Amino acid sequence: MQQSRTDILKAYRQMRMIREFEERLHIENRSGEIAGFTHLYAGQEAIAVGICEHLTDRDYISSTHRGHGHCIAKGCDPRLMMHEIYGRADGLCKGRGGSMHIADIDKGMLGANGIVGGGPPIAVGAALACQARGDGSVAVSFGGGGSSNQGTVFEAMNMAVVLKLPKIFVFELNGYSEHTGEGYGIGSDLAGRTRGFGLPVFEADGFDYFSVHQAMADALEHVRAGKGPCALIAEATRYFGHFEGDPQNYRAKDEVKTLRETQDALLRFRRKVTEAKLIEAAELDAIDAEIAAFIEDCVASARKAPAPGVEIMLSDVYADY
Amino acid sequence: MTVKTMREALNEALFQEMRRDPGVIVIGEDVSGGAGGSSGSRDAAGGIFGVTKGLMGEFGDKRVIDTPISESAIIGLANGAALAGMRPVAELMFADFVGVAMDQIYNQMAKFRYMFGGKAKAPIVVRMSMGAGMNAAAQHSQTIYSMLSAVPGLKVVVPSNPADAKGMLAAAIRDDDPVIFLEHKALYSSKGEVPDDEYVAPLHGASLVQSGKDATVVTLGRMVSFAAKAAAKLAGDGITVDLIDLRSTSPIDEEMILESLSLTGRLVVVDESNPVCSIASEIAAIAAEKGLASLRTPVVRVTAPHTPVPFARELERMYVPGPDRIEAAIRKAVKGE
Repeated sequence: MQQSRTDILKAYRQMRMIREFEERLHIENRSGEIAGFTHLYAGQEAIAVGICEHLTDRDYISSTHRGHGHCIAKGCDPRLMMHEIYGRADGLCKGRGGSMHIADIDKGMLGANGIVGGGPPIAVGAALACQARGDGSVAVSFGGGGSSNQGTVFEAMNMAVVLKLPKIFVFELNGYSEHTGEGYGIGSDLAGRTRGFGLPVFEADGFDYFSVHQAMADALEHVRAGKGPCALIAEATRYFGHFEGDPQNYRAKDEVKTLRETQDALLRFRRKVTEAKLIEAAELDAIDAEIAAFIEDCVASARKAPAPGVEIMLSDVYADY
Repeated sequence: MTVKTMREALNEALFQEMRRDPGVIVIGEDVSGGAGGSSGSRDAAGGIFGVTKGLMGEFGDKRVIDTPISESAIIGLANGAALAGMRPVAELMFADFVGVAMDQIYNQMAKFRYMFGGKAKAPIVVRMSMGAGMNAAAQHSQTIYSMLSAVPGLKVVVPSNPADAKGMLAAAIRDDDPVIFLEHKALYSSKGEVPDDEYVAPLHGASLVQSGKDATVVTLGRMVSFAAKAAAKLAGDGITVDLIDLRSTSPIDEEMILESLSLTGRLVVVDESNPVCSIASEIAAIAAEKGLASLRTPVVRVTAPHTPVPFARELERMYVPGPDRIEAAIRKAVKGE
């Protein structure tokens, strides 16, 4: 699928934004300023961006505990996300949700999720609303290899097939389900299993933005033709632990280093577009510098932002009570 | 006796019970960890909080069973294995994940013995980490004991210190009923004297942590140490309390609560959970029903608000009943100020 220079630059910007956001959080986490559990998405950027570049605010996604990348790719404001992760009153969720519960319904972002397998059934419901609207909008659930083993996901897949919904199940295989290898937990070929539910499967190289982007184009063509749901499976890796602070004893020492050097989504993107003479390296460098400064500023403003008070704790449990 | 953390005490109980009875198995996500990983380590996690560390090395993967992330199937596995004669100890990483497995817990394991005419037994322990204190937000911080204590057929225990944790886990494993075993995640590193040999501590029955004359303070889990801090401050002002560690929320030791209430005339219940339909309400109901004549002042409940657990540090601190709030509540009950 041909993409314009503008599209390509936008995609790169999004991927760089996610990378910078996550690398910075990895550093900030050690300072002790960030509370709670943080699960970083670095290494998987091509997947979130390759998929969400096709979507508008009218389309929906459900995310996971490892949600920052999906949030940014779907259009959540990274500064407000940073404030949220710092637990500030002016954060995207008023400091009540934190890293694991970032959501922005106006952007079609139905929430990161603390429960593995919690998102896909919700996205099936959003797909029902899309179908009822009849405007070509779709719903996408992101999930990892871990969630692929949850009964909730099996039920969601079957329900979407039964109702012929415009729903795409994305499985991002980063090699691990928490501290266990995906090869152990997924007892059979995931694509075959998914096909068994009646879902066509589109596969992509999760380190390659263009591969994911093409697979998503094919997936969208399928669901928008009214043929019902499908799945998109992409393999990549996560550069950091299951959560920040995870000693990663399950991982060989050089695993990440080797993948970073040979497969990194941003390096491969850069190589591809500069070798094809689509974009000058200097343009990408300028984006890198601009985003580094932006994230620096987000952290600075998050540090200074006000803490939430008791009225924030006690409000919004109900619309009316 | 050796000083141990609650984590170490629980780990020791698992080692001793698995040595004692070959029918005891451990099931859960990452209970050893590392299966299928690139490092080749098969004890890469030992449970998310390290409670099952080392079991794999001694007992192997037939008794220390790493599972996919499939909470419903984990509890189902424990249920079926128990009906067929084993003694499974299932782990749900976080008590909040009970939602995924709820049918297997409250429609299945809780009811086997009763529905099947008393012919079945379900000697299952479901271990879960619970509670606020790590800013883990709304889906990783809940204290779910009141919800599960409402289900007939389940025993629910909440140890507050390492010695109890070890003895109660051993007792839970040997018990022929399903036991929900709730470990407060902020207590894993708390330390206390723990006997080295195997022993059991009763699953039911509260414990009188300290005695006093002005009020009965009933609490559990992490709140026991917070209430003790409050009591120490009040003692400086001449206010003394009976401090009762509930230990078990199903069954509840009514006798100890009512006896203490008959001596003090005032009841303060401290519960980290939400207030509606809670253990705090249950204890207030017991006092109203069976101890009304003893009550000189209204029952005071010190609980979390009726909200989900918030994320930000400042919010979580306000959410959890802290020593200051507990102290103020007791003072108010006693002095009426």
